[in-house]
Amino acid sequence: MAINKEFVKFDKVDKSYDGKILVVKDLQLDIAEGEFVTMLGPSGSGKTTCLMMLAGFETPTHGEIYLDGKAISSIPPHKRGIGMVFQNYALFPHMTVYENLAFPLRVRKIPKDEADKKIDKALSMVSLQGFAQRMPGQLSGGQQQRVAVARSLVFDPQLVLMDEPLGALDKNLRESMQYEIKHIHESIGVTVVYVTHDQSEALTMSNRIAVFNDGKVQQLSSPDDLYEKPVNSFVAEFIGENNTFAGEVSEISEGKCKVKLSNAEILAKPIVVKNKGERTTVSLRPERALINPSDKMDNIYKGKIEEIIYHGDHTRVRINLLDNPEFILKVPNSSPNLDLKLGNEIDIGWNSDDARALDPK
Amino acid sequence: MNSETKLILTTDGIPLEISLKKAERRNKIKAFLLVAPLLLFIIITYVFPIGNMLLRSVDDKMVTEMLPKTFKSMEKWDGQALPSEEVFESFYLDFRKLVDEKREGKLSTQLNYTKNGFKSIIKKLRRKSKSFEEGNYKEQIMAVHKRWADVEYWKAIKRRAPAYTTQKYLKGMDMFQNEEGKIVSVGEDRRIHRVLWLRTLEIAFFVTLFCFLMAYPIAHLLATLPMKYSNLLMICVLLPFWTSLLVRTASWMILLQQQGVVNDFFVWTGLVSDDNRPEMMYNKTGSYVAMTQILLPFMVLPLYSVMKTISPSLMRAGKSLGGTPFIAFWKVYFPLTIPGIGAGCLLVFILAIGYYITPALVGGASGTLISNQIAFHMKSTLDWSFASAMGLMLLSGVLAIYWIYNKIVGIDNIKLG
Repeated sequence: MAINKEFVKFDKVDKSYDGKILVVKDLQLDIAEGEFVTMLGPSGSGKTTCLMMLAGFETPTHGEIYLDGKAISSIPPHKRGIGMVFQNYALFPHMTVYENLAFPLRVRKIPKDEADKKIDKALSMVSLQGFAQRMPGQLSGGQQQRVAVARSLVFDPQLVLMDEPLGALDKNLRESMQYEIKHIHESIGVTVVYVTHDQSEALTMSNRIAVFNDGKVQQLSSPDDLYEKPVNSFVAEFIGENNTFAGEVSEISEGKCKVKLSNAEILAKPIVVKNKGERTTVSLRPERALINPSDKMDNIYKGKIEEIIYHGDHTRVRINLLDNPEFILKVPNSSPNLDLKLGNEIDIGWNSDDARALDPK
Repeated sequence: MNSETKLILTTDGIPLEISLKKAERRNKIKAFLLVAPLLLFIIITYVFPIGNMLLRSVDDKMVTEMLPKTFKSMEKWDGQALPSEEVFESFYLDFRKLVDEKREGKLSTQLNYTKNGFKSIIKKLRRKSKSFEEGNYKEQIMAVHKRWADVEYWKAIKRRAPAYTTQKYLKGMDMFQNEEGKIVSVGEDRRIHRVLWLRTLEIAFFVTLFCFLMAYPIAHLLATLPMKYSNLLMICVLLPFWTSLLVRTASWMILLQQQGVVNDFFVWTGLVSDDNRPEMMYNKTGSYVAMTQILLPFMVLPLYSVMKTISPSLMRAGKSLGGTPFIAFWKVYFPLTIPGIGAGCLLVFILAIGYYITPALVGGASGTLISNQIAFHMKSTLDWSFASAMGLMLLSGVLAIYWIYNKIVGIDNIKLG
């Protein structure tokens, strides 16, 4: 059976709350069946609005959303059959865990013995057997989160939406829950649309990530592409750490360009820029730049160490390089003793392929 | 806990428990001093008057004190045949003393409460007793009026011997102790209090119900509207609070009376004919309308404070899980508002059951409550003990409702804010 590539389809969707500002602009997004897609973006970027439109709690101002080929804008939320995990779990506080899970089954008039089996299965999926008779208030945050996940899956929806479900958990628990949700997704193959503003969460869990900003999808691609090959400055800035140089294209050829900075010229890979004379921001990941490079690298410049911060597994070094005092380097602590001392002048090198000339900020 | 836990000592050798108590004593004293003014205030203005009311409602010392000798000698009387000469003599002595102090009028009033017919024979006795000769008082008193020779009247006097009585409570229930000492209901045409009690309960119940039905949507709207509008709505809810109760009641009188605004409007629209205007004032309808409006905020506020805490995502969760809006409301939202409903209903019901001014002004004859009857006895008949007795019956009724509520819903479930 062919996988439906357009299982969820946003077709030219606009959304405005007040008739003055568009929170979602001309959204075009396809999500394949069984995929784990994350909507990532800063707050106010429209990602939660998209999720709410998909769930049916908001209606698109313009455009249409399709689920498995059917337009769903006129279908009320309770008939869409979409599971949802809410930011604050939204467990029913007056019902036991069992009753919480039984709720979607009861309204679907599923016979009790069958429902019990489904509930058992869902609870074992999140390793919460034996908690059925507890009240949500008696559970820890992580356990409540698992119940919420189990509840969204218990009625076998084709699509599950998760709205920053891990936001309220502490760091360690959040990480382990990320793997858990990822594994659940892998084992049952349900389509998941996940909303978060935490990029590491998005990178860990997703098949594809849609980076939202200003009501638009800036880039939709796999986590590695998103990190390694950002298509614009916003994505480069938003995902991971980033060193930037603002300048002007002075020379451009196939796969290479020269960017003129205030006091130097560096080599970069043209991504957005097309012509000579265009303003650009060159983006370089901190780990792609090396100190005292031994290989032949086409960019090597001297910089002065301004600050050294010890981070356990690596050391962050802030360097004033080519008039950019915010140039960050990550030096693994396993690397041979470099002469890292405040005020030292050192050589920094990187390949022009790793320096992406993007749109000016 | 391990029962063999060693007694823990602090560094200076004093057991920890004692040390802790010592350390906390200062705070406890401080806390007590802080609440002391309120405690004192409550004792003076609340506990003491209610205790006083309780005493007054059962107090029947007046006659006991007026006829001390009589009651002493009556102790030996079997209460069947006419009492002995000794009783008559002591009664005469008591009576003379009252006449000297000009208090025999009070006695006649009091005894007349117990049995009709005392008034005239006491008056006659006072006149005749001036010329009584010493000795053989039985003959002389019986000669004053034939009723003095009737054993029923002596029995009536004896019934007033105890210093405490429950007769006011019986009267409040339209009952009395008859000559044989049995508790029976008064004649059907004289049963006014039972009707009032039932009406009070009925009006309080329906006012609570109407308040609930109207307040629930308002509170829900208040809790879900954006701040800008909810503040405005809140002011609309609270605005009547800032107006005097009398003004609000008076405006209902203007609106609802037969020549009032509402009736004029009905006539103008042709809903009713001019000579057939409905009576919406000075009857039960008036009480219902005015009391519901006045007590509405007491229902809205507790409901609002509870609804405010219910996350809107719960309803969304209910819907996203497949519940229709109604099921999501009924299974998820409604159960979570029960603490507010309980608090609001209890508050409104208790306020309504003792409501006074509004029913007095707009209730007319068929819309007054038991509290109006209490006020009547406080102000007009000056039968304070009866008013106290009914007040206490009302109070115990409220406490009973509170108790039942606690049994069914649980008082811990109440949430006022």
